[in-house]
Amino acid sequence: MDAKNNEPRPYRFQNLGEREDSLAFEARAAEIEGTVFVDENGAKKALRRRPPLLAILNLDVEFNDLQVLRDITLKIRRGETVAIIGESGCGKTVLLKSMIGLISPSSGRVLFKGKDLSELSDKELTETRSHYGFVFQMAALFDSMTVAENVAFPLKQHRKHMKRSEIVERVDRLLEEVGLDPAVVRDKTPSEISGGMRKRVGFARAFAMEPELMLYDEPTTGLDPIMSDVVNQLMIGARDRRKVSGVLVTHDMRSALQVANRIVMLYPTSRLEPDESQILFDGSPSEIERCEDPRVVQFIRGEAGDRIKETVLLK
Amino acid sequence: MGTSKNLRIEGTTRWERFASKVGKIGGFFSQRVNYAGNVAVFSLSTIFWLLAKGPRRDSLTSCFYNIGAMSVPVILLTGSFIGMVLAVQAYPQFKAVGLETHIGAAINLSLVKELGPVLAATMLAGRVGSSIAAELGTMRVTEQIDALSSMGVNPIHYLVVPRFLSCLILVPGLTLFADLMGIVGGAYFGIFLLNVDWSYYWEWSRGAVSLFDIFAGMFKTIFFGASIALICCHQGFRCGAGAEGVGKAATNSFVLSFVSILFLDLLLDVFLDHAQMWLTGAKPGSVV
Repeated sequence: MDAKNNEPRPYRFQNLGEREDSLAFEARAAEIEGTVFVDENGAKKALRRRPPLLAILNLDVEFNDLQVLRDITLKIRRGETVAIIGESGCGKTVLLKSMIGLISPSSGRVLFKGKDLSELSDKELTETRSHYGFVFQMAALFDSMTVAENVAFPLKQHRKHMKRSEIVERVDRLLEEVGLDPAVVRDKTPSEISGGMRKRVGFARAFAMEPELMLYDEPTTGLDPIMSDVVNQLMIGARDRRKVSGVLVTHDMRSALQVANRIVMLYPTSRLEPDESQILFDGSPSEIERCEDPRVVQFIRGEAGDRIKETVLLK
Repeated sequence: MGTSKNLRIEGTTRWERFASKVGKIGGFFSQRVNYAGNVAVFSLSTIFWLLAKGPRRDSLTSCFYNIGAMSVPVILLTGSFIGMVLAVQAYPQFKAVGLETHIGAAINLSLVKELGPVLAATMLAGRVGSSIAAELGTMRVTEQIDALSSMGVNPIHYLVVPRFLSCLILVPGLTLFADLMGIVGGAYFGIFLLNVDWSYYWEWSRGAVSLFDIFAGMFKTIFFGASIALICCHQGFRCGAGAEGVGKAATNSFVLSFVSILFLDLLLDVFLDHAQMWLTGAKPGSVV
């Protein structure tokens, strides 16, 4: 698997491996690529299969003249927690925000359950996004609301049939789930609680809608080691108890190894050869420890090496 | 990156230097056109969401309070001072030609038609506009706007529509307050301190200020309110990173809304002048 993933990977539907839910996706990919889709079981059977939860096809993102993501193809299956690692500025967060349509790609597609985010109407996009839970780096709680109002916010927006008492009960349960005492924090504003508590409230708010896909943007950055472990446990809880798929963007290797069952490493486009894949590694946590690519090894071990001086390939 | 680009563009021959200057001018204008286009798209989507879904009542109440109730003191102060300053300025001019009883007409007409709306709008662009830009800018920087989108809530509908509607309704209302206080302030100064006969003061004012003048003043404020809200919300939404970005958004929002107030004022004055002539049947250029 290593060797295959270290090659530049122009998108080929045969290469996707695991077939259990990929056939409709492949049909779609074949349609996008203009290649003929031939399935040994017959197309009818193929189209009955479920598409993967999230599929990213040949994604390019450019800001002004700066290319951040180049030809990224990635598939997130149900029940899987994928860690996207890489140094600061390699486009991890941009990739994460593209997955939910907060950043629109210059080219390429993002498919959630086979639906292209850029083709959805405002209403459909709103509905689709309610299947996501997003945990922001600095929690991004609304300062003008209390903790309880923050957690209740998505419910009030999307579950209009829920009674007030039901919402209060649900909010209390969510706060307990992330290890907070509802009676204490409920009526505090985000500015009155600590950074770690804000992070927990951010998790509670993201869990509120019972999402199918959780997106975590550097959740352990800026936390003490104990709180980092708490956050890791929350993510493991989401994976094992809630059975939610997740994408974790981080540069904390400990967190990635502990939480993820698949690791993807990105590399900044500015230091790659023009035809090289931006995904340096895609595999399980045990595989990454055996990976021999010096750039991957350097990142895992956290060695400065030749990077004491910043060198950027000029194009 | 910027420098390498400049090196490439700025050649050594005279022709190349000339070409690079033309390019810079073109770049300047294309940036402005781009900005205007962005504001236009932003405004259209605000109006779309306003019509499609209407604002939520809870967010509207807090906006009304912040934009309306909190601005009343400062607006009353602005209004009364404009009135008094007008009295001070007009009195010696009118006295010189023996028409001091006419100052009421000058004060009240200029107040209702021009100075009240423009100065109240300027005041509100400073007080309300910059605070909107700073608030939304902070929400952008701390990813709260992204958080709204990620929870399937349209940020334009949730944040911009209530602010837009509040400004649209409350800027005319607050201008009315400013006008009222200006009339009171001017009359106080003229009648009590400059000893103009009160019955003549009011009589001449009544003769000079027509209903159309009051309408014209109010009509303009609707546009001022809309432009303040849209420009300031847009500045907040496109806010750059960090404290510097928020500061820039607040400053730019005031400068841009002030410029747009002045520009709209001129356009609307010309338009209203023609409208009045058309209504009264007079020919353009004649004195009504």
